[in-house]
Amino acid sequence: MLIRRAPEVPSSEITPESLYLDRRSFMAAASFAALDLAAPSLGRARARRVRDDEKPTSYASITHYNNYYEFGTGKEDPSENAGGFKTRPWKVEIAGEVAKPGHYDLDDILKGQTIEERVYRHRCVEGWSMVIPWSGFPLRNLITRVQPTSRARFVEFTTLYDPARMPEQRGGVLPWPYVEGLRMDEALHPLTLLVTGLYGRPLPNQNGAPLRIHVPWKYGFKSGKALVRIRFTADQPANTWNVVAPNEYGFYANVNPTVDHPRWSQSRERRIGEFLRRPTLMFNGYADQVASLYAGMDLRRNF
Amino acid sequence: MSGRTGQRAVRLTVYLACLLPLVRLATNGLGGRLGPEPIRAVELFTGTWGLTFLVITLAVTPVRRVTGWNWLAGYRRPLGLFAFAYVTLHFLTWFGVDQFFAIRYIGQDILKRPYITVGFASFLLMIPLAITSRKAMVRRLGKRWATLHSLVYVAALGGIVHFVWSAKADLSTPTVYALILVLLLLFRFVPRRSARPRTAGPRDLPTPVP
Repeated sequence: MLIRRAPEVPSSEITPESLYLDRRSFMAAASFAALDLAAPSLGRARARRVRDDEKPTSYASITHYNNYYEFGTGKEDPSENAGGFKTRPWKVEIAGEVAKPGHYDLDDILKGQTIEERVYRHRCVEGWSMVIPWSGFPLRNLITRVQPTSRARFVEFTTLYDPARMPEQRGGVLPWPYVEGLRMDEALHPLTLLVTGLYGRPLPNQNGAPLRIHVPWKYGFKSGKALVRIRFTADQPANTWNVVAPNEYGFYANVNPTVDHPRWSQSRERRIGEFLRRPTLMFNGYADQVASLYAGMDLRRNF
Repeated sequence: MSGRTGQRAVRLTVYLACLLPLVRLATNGLGGRLGPEPIRAVELFTGTWGLTFLVITLAVTPVRRVTGWNWLAGYRRPLGLFAFAYVTLHFLTWFGVDQFFAIRYIGQDILKRPYITVGFASFLLMIPLAITSRKAMVRRLGKRWATLHSLVYVAALGGIVHFVWSAKADLSTPTVYALILVLLLLFRFVPRRSARPRTAGPRDLPTPVP
């Protein structure tokens, strides 16, 4: 399999320097925002130098164009239906092949983690994309803390199942709860982010609050929202879209312009807010960082 | 009696009603209320309304036969043309805005993507129907006109298949259209009453004077 090298994307443009917030000021910003007294200056003060074509998508678009079927299948349903979703208290179960399993309180999960801002490209399998200034911390920090055993080869992520709070779960559009998975080396990759915020504010409910994952070189559906369980397994876990349509959605779901979805092309994408479609980049432009994970693999078969 | 003026007023009202979706689309567009992905929103909107008008057009004859409102027959052609207009807008949005005339990609999509193949074919199928919709053509084509225009069912079916195949998981809306189309098709096989000479029903009796 030929892996075309994507144009150089310096990491400085993906993760601008000087954006590191310590947890204290992040939490201060978070509580202000939560009280709707958000100080937008916090976001603006941190001047970032990014190329024009990697300009972050507007906050309004990022929060009003969501695939989050638990809150409805329309793109604007989550922004309309997730408003009252309570994200505290919140527990995350760490389970499976791990030395320190248990039900961790979210505050405990976040304890000691340095929240940093990372501007990531986000490519949906449907053919649109965004540039999102997330805040969060690398998943690997949590993984090293809970110490998976040597048998752990995969990580499974489970989204909350609570039909009383997630209206679409009363219907059968997808099998619930939503599950996703990564290979251990993918989960440990420094780009793989546990997300707690957006635009320097706490993560809005429609974007997967209070805790979601983002794997920027994979199609968006790989990145589960409202996580309640992280399980370490020896065998490859199931992932929801693969269960629903195995010929259309694989386990890997790496962004790949040369492997089309059976029903539509993946060679181009529309960046939300732009008029013309732009070419899709191999591994969503992160080939330099992640292509080695898949060396020797047939990416056409392992789509 | 102002029967003719009344008819004209009704006709005008119906036409204006058919334009309402377009007006709504325009005001939403000018007001910036089409969401973060406006091109997609226009495609979804025009496609859905094209299909809706197709189904309404196909419902004219069954409704006329059930209710006996024969004046409805005169609305079949304009409703069908409105369906064609919305479908054309849908196609042009995809062709000229979404793809921005990128013929290479458009050709590939039509050939390789079954949902686009079917959608495009259904649009092409509607063109001869629109062209031959005039009264003069009905007369000129005679029996063949009815045969030709039964293709409208194929176009509607194609539109629904196009809708289903473009959906990711939520098939609720296309399913509603499919069910309605099946009902309308089934109705076609109900034997016609009008084939028999009409006998006076209670409706035709003069109102008894008390």
